[in-house]
Amino acid sequence: MNFFEYLALNWRQILSLTIEHIKLTAISVGFAILIGVPLGLLISYIKKLNKPILGFANLIQAIPSMALLGFAIPFLGIGTLPAIVMVILYSLLPIIKNTYTGVQGINKLTMEAAKGIGLTKFQILRKVQIPLALPMIMAGVRISAVTAVGLMTMAAFIGAGGLGFWFSLEFEPLIIIRF
Amino acid sequence: MIEFKNISKKYKDKVVLKNISLKIEKGDLVAFIGESGCGKTTTLKMINRLIKPSSGTIYIQEEDIQKKDIIKLRRNIGYVIQQTGLFPHMTIKENIEIIPKVEKQDPKVMEEKTKELMEMVGLNPDEFLHRYPTQLSGGQQQRVGVARAFATDPEIILMDEPFSALDPITRVGLQDELIHLQSELRKTIVFVTHDMDEAIKIADKICIMKDGEILQYDTPENILKNPSNQFVSDFVGKNRIWASPELIKAKDIMIESPVTCYANTSLLRCMEKMRSNKVDSLMVVEKRSNRLLGIVRAKQIQNHSDRRIEVKEIMKTDYLYGNPEDSILEILRVVEENHVSNIPIVDQDKILVGLITKSSLVTTLSQQYLNDEA
Repeated sequence: MNFFEYLALNWRQILSLTIEHIKLTAISVGFAILIGVPLGLLISYIKKLNKPILGFANLIQAIPSMALLGFAIPFLGIGTLPAIVMVILYSLLPIIKNTYTGVQGINKLTMEAAKGIGLTKFQILRKVQIPLALPMIMAGVRISAVTAVGLMTMAAFIGAGGLGFWFSLEFEPLIIIRF
Repeated sequence: MIEFKNISKKYKDKVVLKNISLKIEKGDLVAFIGESGCGKTTTLKMINRLIKPSSGTIYIQEEDIQKKDIIKLRRNIGYVIQQTGLFPHMTIKENIEIIPKVEKQDPKVMEEKTKELMEMVGLNPDEFLHRYPTQLSGGQQQRVGVARAFATDPEIILMDEPFSALDPITRVGLQDELIHLQSELRKTIVFVTHDMDEAIKIADKICIMKDGEILQYDTPENILKNPSNQFVSDFVGKNRIWASPELIKAKDIMIESPVTCYANTSLLRCMEKMRSNKVDSLMVVEKRSNRLLGIVRAKQIQNHSDRRIEVKEIMKTDYLYGNPEDSILEILRVVEENHVSNIPIVDQDKILVGLITKSSLVTTLSQQYLNDEA
C-alpha cells in the first residue's frame, strides 16, 4: 500500500497523536518562556549572573537529548513528565539568550530618557524594555519551538505519546500491515 | 532656585568635577558650555540625580535633593536630550502622555493638555499625534521631545545639547521658538551646549567650564566684554561680540573725557582750545556738575566776527544726544539719519559722560578687522 492509502486507514490515530504532540510541545515551550524570559531579564540587570546562567543553559544544549532523557527517567519516571522537563531544558538557551540580547540592544539613550523623565524601574521594564525587546524574544521563542517539536518525538520512546509513537515499535497499524 | 554647594565628582582616579558651587535663579536660562569632557553634562545630570556627586550637596528651592523622593523629583523636572530619547514603539501621543498616564490623570484632561503642548511647539496635533517617532523628521522629533518635557508642567527643564544633532536651519528655528517660549513661560532652564553662538543667543547667564571647574559665570554681555581669563577670551573669540552688535553700548565705545568749556568762555578761548586739542567742536558744560548745556562748532565761531562774546550766545542747545546704554546700532542709525558728526553721551540728568564722533566710530568698527595687529 502507498502513503495515501496508509493515511486514509489510520487518520484518526495520526490526528490524535498530532494533537497530543502539539499539546506536549506547547506546554514545554510555554514553561520555557515562563522560566526563560524572567531569567533573561534577570541577567541583564545583574551582570554577575550572566556567566553562570548562560553557561548552564549552554551545558544543557551540549548534552544529547536521548542522554538527557535517560538521566531524567530515574528521577521523574517515564511518561509525559520527563519528556516535558527535557524539552523545557532544551528550549531555555535560545529564550534566555535572546531576551538578554534584546534588552541589551535597546538604545542607551532611550533608557536614559526613560530614567530621566521619572519612570520607576518596574515601569521601565513593562513599558519600555519588554516591548522593545519583544522582537528578539519572539525570535528566540520561534527557535525553541522549532527544536521542541523535533525533540518531542523522543517523548514517545518513554511512553509519553505524541507523533514519535508513530514510528515506535508499539504502533498498532505497523503491526496490522505486517500481518 | 537651584544651588550647587561644593560639588565634586570622581570616577576611580579621574576627577570630573572639582568643587563646583553655583546658584541658578528662578526663571533664568543658564547655558553650560565648554569643551568635551569639561563636566557640563555631568553637572546637568546631577540635578535629576542620574549621576550622584562624590561630595557636596545640590539644593532645589532650598531642599537637599538627596532627601527627596527620586521619582517625584524626576517627574517634576523636564528632561530633553540629544536625539530626543523618544520611545520608538509608542505614538507621539503616548510619548507625550507617558508620565501623566502613569500618574493616572484623567484621559480627557491629558488629551487637552497634549493638544496644547503640540501647538506650543508648533506641530499640528491632528497630523502628528498618531504617528510614530521614526515617521517624523529630526526637528519634529525634537519638538516632541520638548513637548514631553513640558507635559508635567515642571518648574525646571534640563536640556542636554538638544539641538546639536540638527541641521543649522532647523536649529535656528528651534532656538527662536525656545526664546519665544521662555519669554512667555519663564521656566528655569539648564541648557548644555558646545555652541557659543547658541549660548549667547538664548541664555540669560552663561557658565563656562573647563576641566571640571567654572571659569566664568556671567551674563553673555559680560563674558563678551570682560572675559575672566585667556582661555575664556580665546574660547569666546575676540570678534564674537560683533555677531551681537546690540550688546555693544555707547558707554563701551565713547570718548570718556571730551574737550569741554564753560558757558562764559569767550569765543577766542574756545578757538584756542579747539586748536590745541585738535577738535572741531566743544561741549559747553556747567561748572562742577558737568551738565551739558550746549555744543559749539569751529565753523560757527569762524562765521562770527566778534570773538570776545561768551560762547553761550551762539552755542547750539537743540543738539542730538545719546544715552550710555544705547547700543552701537542706535548710535549708527542716528548718525546716518541726521548727518551729524558727533553725538554727546549724557545720563538722565543731562550730565555729560562721553562723546562719540564719526572718527571714534570708525576706530571701534575697525577693531574687528584689525585685532590681530593690536
